[in-house]
Amino acid sequence: MARISVDTGKCIGSAQCVLAAPDVFDQDDDGFVTVLDASPSGDAESTARTARGICPAQAITVHD
Amino acid sequence: MTSTDLVPFMMRRPGVPFPPPEYEGFRTKPGLTKAALPSGETVWLVTRHEEVRAVLTDPRISSNPTHEGFPRPSRTVGAPSADDVPGWFVSLDPPDHNRFRKALIPEFTVRRIRALRPAVEQIVDHAIDQMLAKGNTAELVEDFSLTVPSLVISALLGVPKVDRDFFEEKTKVLVTLTSTDEQRDKASEHLLRYINRLITIKSKRPGDDLISKLLQGGLLTPQELSGVSMLLLIAGHETTANNISLGVVTLLQQKQWIDDDRMIEELLRYHSVADLVALRVAIEDVEIGGQLVRAGEGIVPLVAGANHDPDMFERPDEFDPSRSATGHVAFGYGVHQCLGQNLVRLEMDVAYRGLFRRIPTLEVAVPLEELRFKYDGVLFGLHALPVRW
Repeated sequence: MARISVDTGKCIGSAQCVLAAPDVFDQDDDGFVTVLDASPSGDAESTARTARGICPAQAITVHD
Repeated sequence: MTSTDLVPFMMRRPGVPFPPPEYEGFRTKPGLTKAALPSGETVWLVTRHEEVRAVLTDPRISSNPTHEGFPRPSRTVGAPSADDVPGWFVSLDPPDHNRFRKALIPEFTVRRIRALRPAVEQIVDHAIDQMLAKGNTAELVEDFSLTVPSLVISALLGVPKVDRDFFEEKTKVLVTLTSTDEQRDKASEHLLRYINRLITIKSKRPGDDLISKLLQGGLLTPQELSGVSMLLLIAGHETTANNISLGVVTLLQQKQWIDDDRMIEELLRYHSVADLVALRVAIEDVEIGGQLVRAGEGIVPLVAGANHDPDMFERPDEFDPSRSATGHVAFGYGVHQCLGQNLVRLEMDVAYRGLFRRIPTLEVAVPLEELRFKYDGVLFGLHALPVRW
């Protein structure tokens, strides 16, 4: 299990995390990232890591 | 070759979809490649995936063409600055850029884009109806690939249905090969005047569209909104059309992938139509891939180079949707990553579903070697795509 944190100040609302890891991330009405599951495990954890890797604003941190 | 040798740039692509073969040589040698643009200016070419991402996220590297040394692809063509066109926010760095992105992202969320699906389906269906009504042949670029994104953008902006033919006709002039510079200037003038009028109308009678919402949001001035609208139009039209057309050719060659959802990401990676779009300049000395780039030197991160980097994607020149194309930089990277990327994905998906379901016998009407690719364009694509069924 990993712990997820996001920097909404960096987020540019590209929504790549929502597409890659829909169980972990969502967007608020303003388009910024919100975390649905801050401690994902299993498949959700691996999709969260993918999201971290592709976030164009590098706004996602996965704490091991 | 040492980094002081100049290579001429741009290069021709040899065929679908491969980036120019020279890119491989650039990627395998240490450091970056110094190239001469047709304008005579020199720039650093970046071709490795990791370094393209590094360039596009480094705050010491700017998108602002008013900085000394910003690359200009030719003597006459240069990227406008936000001083030239208020609202042209792709030419702004953070923090000036942030206000525009913040104003626009609510209009491009995953939910908003999903809600547009029925409207896009209607536009695609209508374009196919018109093609079918004309007979059993079509020129797909003009009859379909350019039509669909033009109508989608006009719907998004809130262009009334009665004006959409006008809007489509003018937007096509901007991107059609046979248009003269004078025709392009005139079309651009007409569109800008039209958009300004639309903004005035929407400020009095708001609707459920992007222009009305941005006016109500109050983050942008009407003048900036006009520049933003033109930018959305230009950024979302020919790029999307090129992706749709190239995708049709590639999918017709490998029909087994037509119903596989993973093909969209792989098409985006494989064709990398916006190879040369993300021009940059260093505003401080910065080291990239072991190469010292001085403040004031131009940088061209090559998206097709990054997307065909074998260290990132195995067998990069093969079209294989079963790979994970995730991590491609077809839409760029960093704060300027394409705002409309999820709309492009939607348009491609709806376009292919429509075309291949409704016209199952669709085929390219000429031998592939006769297709006219935009080998020398800033954007890669097809000038024309004759099809029959």
